[in-house]
Amino acid sequence: MDWLNDIANLTNSTFVFTTALIFGAMGGLFSERSGVFNIGLEGMMTGGAFGAAIATYYAENAGYGWVSPWIGILAGIACGVLFSLLLAYTTVTLKANQAIVGVVINILAVAITLYLVKVIFDGAGDTETLKEVLKKWPVPLLSDIPFLGQALFNTYPTTYIAYLLIPISAYLLYKTPFGLRLRSVGEHPGAADTVGINVIKYRYIGVIISGVLAGIGGAAIALTTTSNFSHTTVSGQGFIALAAMIFGRWNPWGVLGATFFFGMAQALRNFVKLYDWSKDIPMEFLYMLPYLLTLLVLAGAVGKGVKGPAAAGEAYDPSKR
Amino acid sequence: MSDNQSVKKWSRIFVANNIWVPIIAIVLGLICGAIVMWIGGFNAMEAYQALFDKVFGSKYDIGETIRTITPLLFTGLSVGFAFRAGLFNIGADGQLIMGMTGATIVGVKIDFLPWIVHAPLTVICGMLIGGLWGALAGYLKSSRGVNEVISCIMLNWIALYLSNYLIRTVVLKPGTQRSETIQESASMSIGWLSTFMDNARMDWGIVIGLICTSLFYIILWRTKQGYELRAVGFNPEAARFSGINVPKNMLKSMMIAGMFAGLGGVFEVLGVFHYQVISAASAGYGFDGIAVALLGGNHPVGILLSSILFGVLTYGSAGMNFSASVPTEIVRIVIGCIIFFVASQGLIQMLYKPFMARREAKRKEAA
Repeated sequence: MDWLNDIANLTNSTFVFTTALIFGAMGGLFSERSGVFNIGLEGMMTGGAFGAAIATYYAENAGYGWVSPWIGILAGIACGVLFSLLLAYTTVTLKANQAIVGVVINILAVAITLYLVKVIFDGAGDTETLKEVLKKWPVPLLSDIPFLGQALFNTYPTTYIAYLLIPISAYLLYKTPFGLRLRSVGEHPGAADTVGINVIKYRYIGVIISGVLAGIGGAAIALTTTSNFSHTTVSGQGFIALAAMIFGRWNPWGVLGATFFFGMAQALRNFVKLYDWSKDIPMEFLYMLPYLLTLLVLAGAVGKGVKGPAAAGEAYDPSKR
Repeated sequence: MSDNQSVKKWSRIFVANNIWVPIIAIVLGLICGAIVMWIGGFNAMEAYQALFDKVFGSKYDIGETIRTITPLLFTGLSVGFAFRAGLFNIGADGQLIMGMTGATIVGVKIDFLPWIVHAPLTVICGMLIGGLWGALAGYLKSSRGVNEVISCIMLNWIALYLSNYLIRTVVLKPGTQRSETIQESASMSIGWLSTFMDNARMDWGIVIGLICTSLFYIILWRTKQGYELRAVGFNPEAARFSGINVPKNMLKSMMIAGMFAGLGGVFEVLGVFHYQVISAASAGYGFDGIAVALLGGNHPVGILLSSILFGVLTYGSAGMNFSASVPTEIVRIVIGCIIFFVASQGLIQMLYKPFMARREAKRKEAA
């Protein structure tokens, strides 16, 4: 039954990688559903990872013990929100180009966080290794189920939150008035406006939720997989999350499938390294996979072609209604 | 929103009619940088002083600054050219990487040609591969309706890993993480100029870059093809009604944009490093190219000037780090702020509109 254990372990580490992607992709989803194209996910996640690492570092030195990583997560959220407000203000209020502001956020977030790390840690390119990071927390009873328990119910608290995030978001988006309004603002802001929905307000909400989730996603990476913050902590996860959101067709359940798949690709990379035969596999193709699949899906080569929310990418201008 | 509206909107943002916006953006960007340095406990004036001392300190530094400017000029032209046709080429990064890889492979593998044939051949191969990579995004946009921003982001990463794979399997120097050195016959370095500039890495890249800058102007404003491209950029719907083949023009503009970016990569390999390394992340020239094009108002002269500015900032950051011990990231922050201010022109307009209005009122009074 060795291979079953292997699969359970692989699934377990897949979900660890998936966690950050779920948060990132759901962040992107809320923003794009409200009509704001969020390329800045990578930057928001970098901000989240940075905030979490720094706050946890100070909290653990101040003797907060196991509470420290949770303070870290709150700080990560704050940093994510800060960048999302930048995106919201410039693109929704000032009607700046969303793609460009997204690129700017990516450039600024990476530069500012690394700059601050160097200032705080006297020129070192990464924070010191955190001692009080999140620990794996087995769910009582459920984790005792053979294989399945190891695969699903013996993992980090952030991963459990990520599991819950999907159904909650699906409910919020599709079963509540709030979700209907948020989606309508992203599909046809003019029509939404005429029936009295405050387009500006809902877009702000969408983008801020995006910042919150991306911040948690970044924090999850810093507090579970890397235990510190450096320029490689996020390195492209935001873009994979963006790809997962598209691959999941802007739908929470689709996102779950896509992130699991892409998380698996990441876990597999670390997993097969343990074996000798893996030397012959061109790893580059495994790295490439999320992006390649996303392109194929978009081009309609896999399934039918998909389009995102109709109004995503365009600032709302009431005078053009 | 329809696709066309967005294109219209973009061209309006990018074709900056106002010279004040970039200038105010540069000043504000530098001020933001100073504030960030002040927060970090550094002396901003000293740091900026160190930056300029570094850049204009010696012949070697001037030469190396020109080397830094070259890829920025190429990616700036690339992004700017696509903008003119209403497309946002965020994929200059990937196109540059593919250009590098093409040049590396042709430069290493072919070893029987004289310089006069081999060097131009290598340049053209790299350029074409970059162009094809751009055309791929153009094809996805024009025939499949895939938003070029998304496809370009994906293509950037695919290019990075594909290039790593090709270097590792085709031209790897055994025991290292980089390719073999290119053949002497493919080198685009200018030996005598390098000697004159105290061994700065001088190459033909900047010359070709200047030629491309003029070509940028000639193609767009002096040919029928360029007229069509710009018409598509201004208003694709109107262009279609007047009989212009919009998809074909999108494809062409992305192809040419890709060729510009590819050339940037070609000269990084043939002129500067003479090999390509396997890297985990891209150098980010493509994203700097967005900054260059945006600040330069997508005009060839503007692009040239802003590539010089960003080249100076980037190269000078090493000096800031050395003599004022400011982390080099500060320059990325300044560049980010500058694009931010150009992109959100609303902010700048809020600043200068009151002045303009007063001047306007005075003029009316006088008349």
